[in-house]
Amino acid sequence: MTEQKVRIAQLSCGPEYSGVQKEINDAAAAVDAEIFFPDLTLRDIKRNFHDYGIDVRSADLKLAIARAVALVEGDVEADAVFIATCFRCAEAAIVRNELRHYIHENSPLPVVSYSFTERTTSGTLLTRMEALTTIARRRALLARERQTGITMGIDSGSATTKAVIMQDNEIIGTGWVPTTEVLQSAQEVRDHALQEAGLLMKDIEAIGATGYGRFLVGEEFGADLIQEELTVNSKGAVFLADCQKGPSTVIDIGGMDNKAISVQDGIPGTFTMGGICAGASGRFLEMTAKRLGVDITELGPLAMRGMGSDVPMNSYCIVFGTQSLVNALAQGHSKENVAAAACHSVAEQVYEQQLQEVDIKDPVIMVGGTSLIAGLVRAMGDLLQTDIVVPRYSQYIGSVGSALLSSGFIRKEQ
Amino acid sequence: MTKIFIYPTTSLILSDMVARFGHTPIGSALAIRERIQTAGIDSPPLQMTPEDAKKGLRWAAVEVPSGVRGRMSLYGPQLEEAEAAIIITDAEFAFGCMGCARTNELLVYLIKKKKIPILELRYPADEVEGNEFVAAIRDFLRDLGEEHD
Repeated sequence: MTEQKVRIAQLSCGPEYSGVQKEINDAAAAVDAEIFFPDLTLRDIKRNFHDYGIDVRSADLKLAIARAVALVEGDVEADAVFIATCFRCAEAAIVRNELRHYIHENSPLPVVSYSFTERTTSGTLLTRMEALTTIARRRALLARERQTGITMGIDSGSATTKAVIMQDNEIIGTGWVPTTEVLQSAQEVRDHALQEAGLLMKDIEAIGATGYGRFLVGEEFGADLIQEELTVNSKGAVFLADCQKGPSTVIDIGGMDNKAISVQDGIPGTFTMGGICAGASGRFLEMTAKRLGVDITELGPLAMRGMGSDVPMNSYCIVFGTQSLVNALAQGHSKENVAAAACHSVAEQVYEQQLQEVDIKDPVIMVGGTSLIAGLVRAMGDLLQTDIVVPRYSQYIGSVGSALLSSGFIRKEQ
Repeated sequence: MTKIFIYPTTSLILSDMVARFGHTPIGSALAIRERIQTAGIDSPPLQMTPEDAKKGLRWAAVEVPSGVRGRMSLYGPQLEEAEAAIIITDAEFAFGCMGCARTNELLVYLIKKKKIPILELRYPADEVEGNEFVAAIRDFLRDLGEEHD
């Protein structure tokens, strides 16, 4: 029996005129979903728009608002919502953000928003669409709170590849290498995790794969679950931080992009993914460590000893950020202060570019390799005025989430 | 016969009125029909591609949102061939509705900048205004016809 397509309601202004509607449709089709535009009568459009109360001028935004109200009120049925407006349009940005909050707070529908340009491709949208459909289609799987049996999770990330083996809700083996050749890196971490766990591949009852290389790795290893990192990381984060019930916020500053996820009961509600430039990612911190002549693992403790407020640094763009870095050192600032300023700058970029788009609710959990950089965690905590939670094994978050969720695929006869 | 740019460009009522007085209406129906009938492009629903947003750079700068530039790639060439224009402001959705307010602002400005005969009217609020509205459009179209005769 074939699975029913996930129906994603599109609320948008401009994609058809930007030539990217096909890209949106293609991204949805790639994850066996379909985009549709909720039909409303003219009277309902006027009434819903009026009732919502935000007086925008663009008719397409009025229509998007009316459609959002219809979805929340149950006049139109959908499995998920995709909100898309033009990048650089202030009016649309206001509506996009307000509608995302409105739908998140007033309905169980998973929602993601995106500001596109004419360069947006289906590939860029794929992970977001995959996360939307996963939440809609696999709520039962995502509700899993305990790992059972013996499972392996592999996270083939852009910067590092990680593996975890879990048995009866405990982590018993791990592996971690910088990503070079995707399959070779995955095999290395798998072998390391098996060795640490004292197991053989035949002992593994289910495998989950996530990260950029998930399709390649998942196919090679015969994974039971191949899943994008937004849902997997949310699950791993609340599992490790032991807060599977209630709200939480997951921040993952990655090597290539960042994820900020507003989670409820372990399931993502709203999320953002991306970042304008590598200046707002772990890559900038890697560059900083290299320039300071220290290992990346030493950058965090170094930053904790410094005061970044005296060092002007803005990594909105990685090129300008690097210039700031060089200038700061040339002006005689200490390595400690420069390290602290670099951490603050990355945290500030993530805060300004992404955290405005999700609801920040305590506990805030930082995960991924960058969560081990204490200076970055402190800087983020300062900006958010909260104590950030960094659970043990936070760098293995994707692998843990994959291992946990894949245990739902262990067949009973095994 | 005069080529008359209509605003809202989607107004079928306005387009019909212009045609009834023997002029050629220029609006989005024409521009979009051309695209939809063009074979070889697979970019539904309007058969617009990212190339169109780039073509829109002729009328709007690169920092202008892609949706505005894409729309201008439809309306810009039409505006260039227009010899007169009718602008209806604050129109009802059912009369003719254009999606993007920023495009509308730019488009109305470019129409006015072109120095062609323009009739600018506010959409009528009641029947009396409605009669005056139709009469004003009729007179404008008739006068244009006489000028050309």
